[in-house]
Amino acid sequence: MRALTFHGTHDVRVDTVSDPEIINPRDAVIKVTSTAICGSDLHLYDGVIPGVMTGDVLGHEFMGEVVETGTDSTLKKGQRVVVPFTIACGGCFHCKVQQYSACDNSNPVEKQDLSATLYGHPMAGLFGYSHLTGGYSGGQAEYVRIPFSDVGPIVVPDHLDDDKVLFLSDILPTGWMAAENADIQPDDTVAVWGAGPVGLFAAQSALVMGAARVIVIDHYPHRLELARGLGADIINFRETDVREALMEMSGGIGVDAVIDAVGMESHGFAIDNMIDVVKQKVGIGADRASALKQALLAVRFGGKVSIPGVYGGMTDKFPIGALMEKGVSIGTGQTHVQKYLKTLLEKIEEGEIDTTFLISHHLPLEDAPTGYKNFKEKQNEWTKVVLRPGMETTT
Amino acid sequence: MSHDTNDRSGGWIGPAIGIGAALGAAAFAYTNTQRKKRDWGDDAPGYTARRGFGEYSVVGRTVTIRKPKSELFAFWRDFTNLPDFMENLEKVAVKGGDRSVWTIKAPAGQSVDVETEIVSEKQEELIAWRSVEDSDIDTEGRVAFEDAPGERGTRVSLIVAYKPPAGDLGRAIAKLFLREPNVQARHDLKRFKMLMETGEIATSARTKDQTRKAKQQQKENA
Repeated sequence: MRALTFHGTHDVRVDTVSDPEIINPRDAVIKVTSTAICGSDLHLYDGVIPGVMTGDVLGHEFMGEVVETGTDSTLKKGQRVVVPFTIACGGCFHCKVQQYSACDNSNPVEKQDLSATLYGHPMAGLFGYSHLTGGYSGGQAEYVRIPFSDVGPIVVPDHLDDDKVLFLSDILPTGWMAAENADIQPDDTVAVWGAGPVGLFAAQSALVMGAARVIVIDHYPHRLELARGLGADIINFRETDVREALMEMSGGIGVDAVIDAVGMESHGFAIDNMIDVVKQKVGIGADRASALKQALLAVRFGGKVSIPGVYGGMTDKFPIGALMEKGVSIGTGQTHVQKYLKTLLEKIEEGEIDTTFLISHHLPLEDAPTGYKNFKEKQNEWTKVVLRPGMETTT
Repeated sequence: MSHDTNDRSGGWIGPAIGIGAALGAAAFAYTNTQRKKRDWGDDAPGYTARRGFGEYSVVGRTVTIRKPKSELFAFWRDFTNLPDFMENLEKVAVKGGDRSVWTIKAPAGQSVDVETEIVSEKQEELIAWRSVEDSDIDTEGRVAFEDAPGERGTRVSLIVAYKPPAGDLGRAIAKLFLREPNVQARHDLKRFKMLMETGEIATSARTKDQTRKAKQQQKENA
């Protein structure tokens, strides 16, 4: 099959690789109809996530048609399914309490040691996201092997186009969980750092949950316009003093909830950020966290801090004093996708949530490297790339 | 042998006159079920001590498995199941009379047979075994099953001790097993958990010939 594979920093290629097979009884194989490039794929592209190897098939936002099933799979050939990026067994303690992204059993035993050393406990398995999380072949491919196919994939009705449901795989539940982690109340003013896909969906979710005001912070004009289109207010951090603006816009109280949808590669001119950039470049790998640092200063005492943005390691000069003294609550973690699928599919069917506004480009799978390049370098215009295996190439 | 740097073994273990005697008071006695105070006063399992166990390499690990202990005990008690999750075991043949022969993989496609006997068994709670006299590997192990709090299932604690024999074979076996015994024990127990909770052992392979097992076989055949 054809698949997008990793070859090094800023070097991804579409190669011919072996077709996936059913290996375990609960497996299924799907033929991918749509697959997206995620902002977190750019962390892989930029080489800042350890454990990515040459030849790894990337991609964790995908959907398709079931073409093969193992003896214990509950799926049927021909069904259209969206696949959660988090792999979950459904039988362990974490799955039973719906903390699916912390599944005990989805990361192969021999792959667990590195993340266990980093974090004290091993991570669960994820599709297409480094050997830290299993080294599973990802979704930017023609076919994907789906472990525990009786637990993860959700069958979607035929009348909903791929574009309407594809983001159930990751970024919509991630934005939703980010808002849920911020415990949105009707009188809340919520600030969201980052008008990327997750930030936009977090803003949209916070509004659906009834927040009084949502403010999105970024510097790309087009992305900020998308936020405004959802009903959020916007701040361009290149034009405006963010902290002062947030104090004023929340009536001098400070924002009730902050959502860092930026993560480890944040932009910004703060001196600590620039030092962190240098450290990342020379390979001592401090996570840049300028958005989070700003968010911790902006949140009111007793407020709520939600971190959907991806971090991997350590950061320096962290405002631990503000964190402690302000008595905030913090919500973090990879998304428990399986927990939210049913609710969010209903909201899509009822028209309460429409995520298609985000898609800027459809490309054939063969053009995936162009998609990566532009998603990284032309962030203003390339807001979301959906890849379609089998789509005619234009060139 | 991977003794901790502040190894002060000696007096408190006593001469190694047999693993049971040597380790009984240290690594083996203090599992979760038996929270007696150790002689230095805390409640941690003996095998987490920052000291060594003389000539023996001791590893201990606990996992919590969401299954009733009766089911877990029954699976483990049938020793022929052990190679399903213990990577170093090629096969186990039960001889009867609580004795069985464990065929352990050795370097260069070879294998070593170790005859073991059950020395202690408590229905649904404990299985302890040891190698019989004159075995090439002097080893003893025990696995304990106890109810975990609430709905969490069963805590399974495995403790294994090895004393490698002298000579070339001993060195080869030591190299194979004792290099990272803790890693091996942890991996084996996690595979046991996966098998019990999900019915399968997770693999990220895309094709059948990329699985860990297939690769090991390819290596052996090469």
